[in-house]
Amino acid sequence: MKKNIAININGVEHRAQVEPRLLLVHFLREVAGFTGTHIGCETSLCGACTVLLDGRAVKSCTVLAVQADGRSVTTIEGLAQGNRLHAIQEGFWEEHGLQCGYCTPGMIMCAHDLLERSATPTEQEIRQALDGNLCRCTGYQHIVNSVQAAARKLGKRKATRAVAAD
Amino acid sequence: MIPAAFSYESPRTLKEALALLESNPNAKLLAGGHSLLPAMKLRLATPPALIDLGRIPDLNYIRDTGDHLAIGALTPHAAVASSELLHRMSPLLAEAADSIGDVQVRNRGTIGGSLAQAHPNADYPAAILALDAEIVTLSRTGEHVIPAREFFTGMFTTALSANEIITEVRVPKTTGAGAAYKKFAHPASGYAVVGVATVVRKHGNAIESAAIGITGVSGTPYRATAVENALRGKPASAIADASRRAADGIEAIGDTFASPGYRRHLAMVFTRRALETALARARAK
Ligand SMILES: Cc1cc2nc3c(=O)[nH]c(=O)nc-3n(C[C@H](O)[C@H](O)[C@H](O)COP(=O)(O)OP(=O)(O)OC[C@H]3O[C@@H](n4cnc5c(N)ncnc54)[C@H](O)[C@@H]3O)c2cc1C
Ligand code: FES
Ligand code: FES
Repeated sequence: MKKNIAININGVEHRAQVEPRLLLVHFLREVAGFTGTHIGCETSLCGACTVLLDGRAVKSCTVLAVQADGRSVTTIEGLAQGNRLHAIQEGFWEEHGLQCGYCTPGMIMCAHDLLERSATPTEQEIRQALDGNLCRCTGYQHIVNSVQAAARKLGKRKATRAVAAD
Repeated sequence: MIPAAFSYESPRTLKEALALLESNPNAKLLAGGHSLLPAMKLRLATPPALIDLGRIPDLNYIRDTGDHLAIGALTPHAAVASSELLHRMSPLLAEAADSIGDVQVRNRGTIGGSLAQAHPNADYPAAILALDAEIVTLSRTGEHVIPAREFFTGMFTTALSANEIITEVRVPKTTGAGAAYKKFAHPASGYAVVGVATVVRKHGNAIESAAIGITGVSGTPYRATAVENALRGKPASAIADASRRAADGIEAIGDTFASPGYRRHLAMVFTRRALETALARARAK
């Protein structure tokens, strides 16, 4: 029997009638049209499908859409503000954190989860945080550099905001 | 990779969940879904109905109850790993939780789900055994408390009956003791090829007692009682020799990744490492 669900995606509510077996990643891509979330392995191993569910990184191929009913999801499309890329996206751009780009949305969402918890992670912490995300192209070093660059940018923006508030 | 069709219920209370289980004996409980959903996508599991525990409030907590810390069944691994209460009073469980899979798995997977699954390479069982934790369950007949040593009965099998829901895990405070979890992680999945958890108490320069739980070596996690007995009252120098008995009397499992002989060897090495680390962390009486 189909279920009525409502998921807030990137700040906008999306309602649909779905089969309970529909995976969140298929809801995002095929029902709501957010194809920035990629499907790599579909077996919970590659991290390409990572999105934020209530702010925490999850593999959307291993969550049912019905489990996300009433909750909020952020996908890669939800990070930029207008034409201004998010600091993590800028970091990946400037530090060559991608080649084919297939793993990138998942890497960025996972980096987002990390930087929310820890503003100045060490290289080791970054590598541990991205442990569930595979990249077949970059060899990871540039991805780590990108996350470090993003952390610096976010730190600077926070400092600027604090000065402005004084 | 789409699961076979099933009907889905999301009860708001434990009572409702129990009633649903009763009326639908083939239904499966759904917690974090990080064992069940992968199995359903591969159609290794095709339950006709899922009862999602995820919307029952107040099963996600870590509380100080005096002698013990109580952890709600729906508490995700990430919350256990970062719990200030656990780090201060019973750090072994947090250390084991922190080593599970990856960030995304730890954000979804729950302690109750992991224990019910009883995967032979899961991390929690080693810690649960070494701590002599208790697993609290609820069924129509009331609340039951299952000691860790009676809980794991085989590969993917536990003392739980089909109409029973895990509600809480209770771990003792280990103030003064030293604890450590050491695992040889499978490089792809992160599961423990072998994992050893230990709680060591020190008296002067001697080991007063050591409790050792081992996962991954055999189908069922176990207490390494031969090592525990060999260490009672002994100095640290006894650890290397005693650790050789880490798989005494145990039938080791083998697969394409690790043969039974290799697993036995890993059991010895990781028992030694866990004991040495735990002893260094213990405060002498
Ligand atoms: C990529 C990947 C890597 C992983 N790596 C590791 C690892 O390194 N170490 C490790 O230990 N685990 C690992 N896991 C497994 C993970 O820890 C799971 O989260 C855990 O085994 C199951 O917990 P869950 O909450 O997801 O349970 P679910 O998948 O929802 O349920 C599992 C089983 O338990 C039953 N169940 C769930 N909750 C209850 C309850 N409260 N009472 C009674 N029965 C219940 C369900 O009916 C089902 O049969 C990994 C999983 C993945 C996908
Ligand atoms: S597609 Fe979800 S983890 Fe690979
Ligand atoms: S950039 Fe190609 S997979 Fe990572």
